[in-house]
Amino acid sequence: MIGVVSYLVFFATTASILAIAVLGLNLQWGNTGLFNGGVVAFFGAGAYGTLILGGMPQGAHLGGFALFYPLALLGGMALAGLMAWIVGLLTLRLRHDYLAIATFGVAVAFENLVRNAEWLAGGAKGVRGFERPLRAMLGDGFLYNLCFLAVVLLALVATYLFLERLVASPFGRLLRAIREDEEAAQSLGKSPAGVRLTAFVTGSVILGLSGGLYGTFYAFVSPQDVLPTLTFQIWAMLIVGGSGNNRGAVFGAFLIWGAWTASGWALSRFAPVEAQLYTGSVQFVLIGAVIVGMLLWRPRGLLPERLVVSQRGKTPLAKQGV
Amino acid sequence: MAEAILSTHALSRSFGPLKAVDAVSLNIPRGSITGLIGPNGAGKSTLFNLLTGALKPDAGTVLLDGRDITGDAPNALFAQGIGRTFQIPRPFARMSVLENAMLAPTGQTGETVVGPFLFRSRMRDQERRIRQKALDVLEFVTLAPLADHPAGKISGGQMKLLELARVLMGDPALILLDEPAAGVNPKLTETLIGRIEELNRQGTTFVIIEHDMDFVMRHCEPVIAMAQGSVVFQGTADEAMANPVLLDAYLGATANA
Ligand SMILES: Nc1ncnc2c1ncn2[C@@H]1O[C@H](COP(=O)(O)OP(=O)(O)OP(=O)(O)O)[C@@H](O)[C@H]1O
Ligand SMILES: [Mg+2]
Repeated sequence: MIGVVSYLVFFATTASILAIAVLGLNLQWGNTGLFNGGVVAFFGAGAYGTLILGGMPQGAHLGGFALFYPLALLGGMALAGLMAWIVGLLTLRLRHDYLAIATFGVAVAFENLVRNAEWLAGGAKGVRGFERPLRAMLGDGFLYNLCFLAVVLLALVATYLFLERLVASPFGRLLRAIREDEEAAQSLGKSPAGVRLTAFVTGSVILGLSGGLYGTFYAFVSPQDVLPTLTFQIWAMLIVGGSGNNRGAVFGAFLIWGAWTASGWALSRFAPVEAQLYTGSVQFVLIGAVIVGMLLWRPRGLLPERLVVSQRGKTPLAKQGV
Repeated sequence: MAEAILSTHALSRSFGPLKAVDAVSLNIPRGSITGLIGPNGAGKSTLFNLLTGALKPDAGTVLLDGRDITGDAPNALFAQGIGRTFQIPRPFARMSVLENAMLAPTGQTGETVVGPFLFRSRMRDQERRIRQKALDVLEFVTLAPLADHPAGKISGGQMKLLELARVLMGDPALILLDEPAAGVNPKLTETLIGRIEELNRQGTTFVIIEHDMDFVMRHCEPVIAMAQGSVVFQGTADEAMANPVLLDAYLGATANA
């Protein structure tokens, strides 16, 4: 019994951390139309940043700097934001497919950097010496995990409320206008370049928060955590849940993570031993099939974007698609 | 002639070998409703794009109130009081009609990431005012009943009206309309021109590209005609009607089109 509960806590923690990342991507893609193909780089910057800033001093790599944990987490987010700002200045003039390729390249470069620059990020062995905050008080067991889940849920709710208010504000209106027709927005006095950069950086800071919490949860991060797989999973969550809808983003995160874990479990339980070597690949094919199916039959996701987000007029809101 | 709100000097823009706008010098008198006519492909829309910063000229200058604005970005020019509509409407399709209109006013407090959190009450006041203004403007262009509809799903004529509504939200001193009546039913066109003349009496200057000569002759003064990238005529509507070169350039080419 306690095993099931503690597994559920573990599951909910991971899913919530991923949900935060999906919310960050939703700001970029769902609201602004920025195709971030390198989600994992900003997630990774948050994770590495947090652990290096918050960890104990190590001989093998940079830091740790033993910062007070909230500062370390903020530092990780800032690092993700800084990276997004630099990448954004260089690439945001690119549209859609080119931006996707450029950001994908950034993610590959990031993975290679942390894998090879041992002095910086510990290379393949990853970042060590991070102690989970309040561990002395809460221990390593179920109690700790429960408290950590509470913190993660708090972060998820705060991110959700922040974004909901943001997209319902004139800023959200501006993002959608730029997503729909940048030139028309510019003819109405808006400056798309600055707005796109702001949205890209803000979304990436949220990705950094997600990465920071992820790193904290495992007290460890290595190049294995910043593979393109994760970018793919986060995109799948957004597409399935409903791009442009924050509730859809969170829902998609839990659903896809549930499907991912369930399929992994089912394969390990029922598939022949020889096939179990390929569990990861089979999961990929399954999730890929889900994405393709969604795009074919329900391209706007399970919870589609709402039409009127900022102010509404007088007419009753009857059935209205976007 | 009245003093010019906008003037160009030897303004040119080519697309490859094609001189779409060729050394155009003209004056838009302040307070006028200037008609811009010419056959298809004459360069009228390209001229609008040069005047509003959507395209950069190869050569020449544009002056607004005597200030050189050549090469300024469209957003800067909108803020300086030049509004324009597009020949082919460009609605923000997955936004409501009301949100399309509410976007336009410049300098909204809530248009930054922090604005909606740090300046909430100021933003709320603004939103209330902007929303009311947008509803009024939509009412005027007869789109109020569609306020909450997706802008991408209204008719082509309604999209033209929405373009006008969005521009009006910015209270520009100079409004460039690219075929505002195309696809709009004649009765509504009359209402539209009525409101344009009303705004004009309050001081707004208009430049209107229009193929309907009857419309131009009745409502526009002065009339500027372009053909093959050049200005071939500037004068009053009466002079335009009496001008054989113009009739040849305009009606001749439209007859061939
Ligand atoms: N972006 C562009 N690239 C290449 N050629 C262009 C471009 N824009 C316009 N042209 C060409 O420039 C010429 C002038 O076009 P423009 O749209 O200004 O004509 P117009 O007077 O507005 O015609 P219409 O009455 O049909 O709208 C045309 O030959 C057109 O094909
Ligand atoms: Mg044209």
